[in-house]
Amino acid sequence: MDWGTILSNTAAWLISPETIAYALAALGLAIHFGYTGLLNFGQAGFMAIGAYGYAISILSFDLPWWVGIIVGILGSVVFAFLLGIPTLRLRADYLAIVTIAAAEIVRLLFTTQAFDEYTNSADGLGNYHAGFRAANPFTFEGSVGFGPWVYNANQWWVRLFGILLVVVAALIVWALMRSPWGRVIKGIREDEDAVRALGKNVFAYKMQSLIIGGIFGALGGVVMALPSAVVPSVYVTSLTFFLYTILLLGGAATVFGPIVGSIIFWVIMAFLSNVLPALVQVGALPFMTTIQAGVLRYILVGVALMLIVIFRPQGIFGNKKELTFVK
Amino acid sequence: MEVAQKTRQRRSRLLLSLIAAAVALTAFGSVGAASADEIGTDEYDYYFAGNVKYDGDPLEDVLIKVSGGGYNAEVVTDAEGKWKIGVPEKEKYDVTLDESTLPAGVIVVEGQATREAEFGLTNSAAVNFFLGEGVRVTVSIFDQFVERFINGINFGLMLALAAIGASLVFGTTGLSNFAHAEMVTFGAIMALVFSVFLPLPLYVAIPIALILSAGFGWALDAALWRPLRRKGVGIVQLMIVSIGLSLALRYVFQYFIGGGTYQLPGSTPDNLELFGSVKLTLTDLLSMGVSILVLLAVAFWLLRTRIGKATRAISDNASLASASGIDVDRVIRIVWILGAALAGLSGILWAYFRPGIKWDMGASILLLIFAAITLGGLGTAFGALIGSIVVGLLVEVSTLWIPSDLKYVGALVVLILVLLVRPQGILGRRERIG
Repeated sequence: MDWGTILSNTAAWLISPETIAYALAALGLAIHFGYTGLLNFGQAGFMAIGAYGYAISILSFDLPWWVGIIVGILGSVVFAFLLGIPTLRLRADYLAIVTIAAAEIVRLLFTTQAFDEYTNSADGLGNYHAGFRAANPFTFEGSVGFGPWVYNANQWWVRLFGILLVVVAALIVWALMRSPWGRVIKGIREDEDAVRALGKNVFAYKMQSLIIGGIFGALGGVVMALPSAVVPSVYVTSLTFFLYTILLLGGAATVFGPIVGSIIFWVIMAFLSNVLPALVQVGALPFMTTIQAGVLRYILVGVALMLIVIFRPQGIFGNKKELTFVK
Repeated sequence: MEVAQKTRQRRSRLLLSLIAAAVALTAFGSVGAASADEIGTDEYDYYFAGNVKYDGDPLEDVLIKVSGGGYNAEVVTDAEGKWKIGVPEKEKYDVTLDESTLPAGVIVVEGQATREAEFGLTNSAAVNFFLGEGVRVTVSIFDQFVERFINGINFGLMLALAAIGASLVFGTTGLSNFAHAEMVTFGAIMALVFSVFLPLPLYVAIPIALILSAGFGWALDAALWRPLRRKGVGIVQLMIVSIGLSLALRYVFQYFIGGGTYQLPGSTPDNLELFGSVKLTLTDLLSMGVSILVLLAVAFWLLRTRIGKATRAISDNASLASASGIDVDRVIRIVWILGAALAGLSGILWAYFRPGIKWDMGASILLLIFAAITLGGLGTAFGALIGSIVVGLLVEVSTLWIPSDLKYVGALVVLILVLLVRPQGILGRRERIG
């Protein structure tokens, strides 16, 4: 077994675009679920809208790349309204079922043959990178970096842009949650009726929370689209479940929880995807094939999610008092 | 309105009907230009050619059209079934075989009647259509509606088997069980293991699969859900635990059976003609019969037996039921066993309807199950039945108007719309929506 390669492949995921995208989307989910108590199971839908909004604006309408990002954000705001108006007055588990259904509707609409002209149906979209790459401030040739992090200019630009977005998003969440607005939001999580009794418009606050978290989700989708392509089969309900795993791992009502959760999640996933097949190949796991070894890590994700929720629902950084799950 | 309908491809006997080598055609072209019915071959350098045959016999007077790049041409095949169309550019063109000019009972069986054709290195390209025996009946919209309607009822009944269990679990424990989908898959996979991998006869394998499904439900309750209930874990936490369980189980299935699709034995491909052009297979009829019988039995159980009544009492008010001397834990255990067995049965029937068994088959109808129980009213068993049939009908009948890859969208949109106007669902009570 080549431990050097395994560890270097694993370390690469510390700053991979996927890690950054999941961190952004999980930060959005932290606003929804961790701070407001909204059970949004449709974060994959917000991400899909961000990614497709970006790619379709560039490919079909020849808009600049930054307008594409704005289109993705506007799309997620519209989606938040469509989702929120019928469901935010209802109980938590209704919201869960409606959001998960809405995200599936979004995915099926992007996958269907009917809009093939814009979405390229199941094959997804690609080759929209020219504008973003032209805006690249790095001008060096070839690959630069140290250790496992050696990338070319375009790859660095994607990572830098993504990390900037995460930093800005984390600052926004931090500032919001120590503002009066944040206190109202947390009050809604603890006791909606009490907040209503104080004269606050709970529905409006929940909607604002849904929109802000949804925008972060859409930005996560954009970052996911930046390096390579937009593929509809990525935006399935499992994506949302992985985001919940990340969020609950780090701590739902924290600023750093989603970011650190995403890093831990992806580093462990990368480590397992490297080490398990290697173990199979050297004969250390005689009862499984390399394909089965690849599946095993997803089984572990499911088990990990169960264990976290049962034994440490506040996550790594969370404060147990901060997380009263809706009864 | 006339809609051309094709029989499912796997049932039609595929007949390789055309063997037309471009070489042979160029040879013909050089000998006698009149051997193929031609258009535009004198004006243009490039041409498409083909040979329309069915079962070895050439078909005359079949209309072929070429379009693309603003150029349109059409030609009918000659007595030898040959055709040739010249085109101005060496580009892609759409070549269409007009199916209405084929003899009755013959259709294009592989691919579409319109296909994109382009040139390789030479100036000619062969375009062939694979014809086969098939039904390109122009079915009246009414007959189609009836057929989809019956399919929808069938699918709805299957959905109901799964949804009633999920709804009873929700009613008695407050848990929206995402892992219910995996209990559906579990039943189908157990049937697969005992009827294909072992192999036992179907009438032995299916009961074994159902018993194992029931045992699976019992085991999940005993090992996971009862301890969590004792611990007093909140319902949202339980729901996320069920999501983790769903992910873990789904990938455990994939671990053991891989990513492929398996078929159960004993599916009858023969169609029984009911009336008009409406057809059903024996499997479909049997499946509907089984569903209806089981659903009636569950209804009887809920309405007439002590445990069934206790179940409904707990759904209404758990603490009141407990205070009246009902052993809540025992009833919940029975609900889990029953729910899992019903889900397993639904999985087996659905494996015939889809057709095929796959590791994530349950997950693909999980949302439809949720849609059904939410539509009917969360926690009400009969609501789940009504909701399932509505969802089943919506999914199947809506394909008359929307593309079939969007058929689940209709049901999900209706779910959201219903929540707008009647959040408690069809049979639910106002207080449940809180």
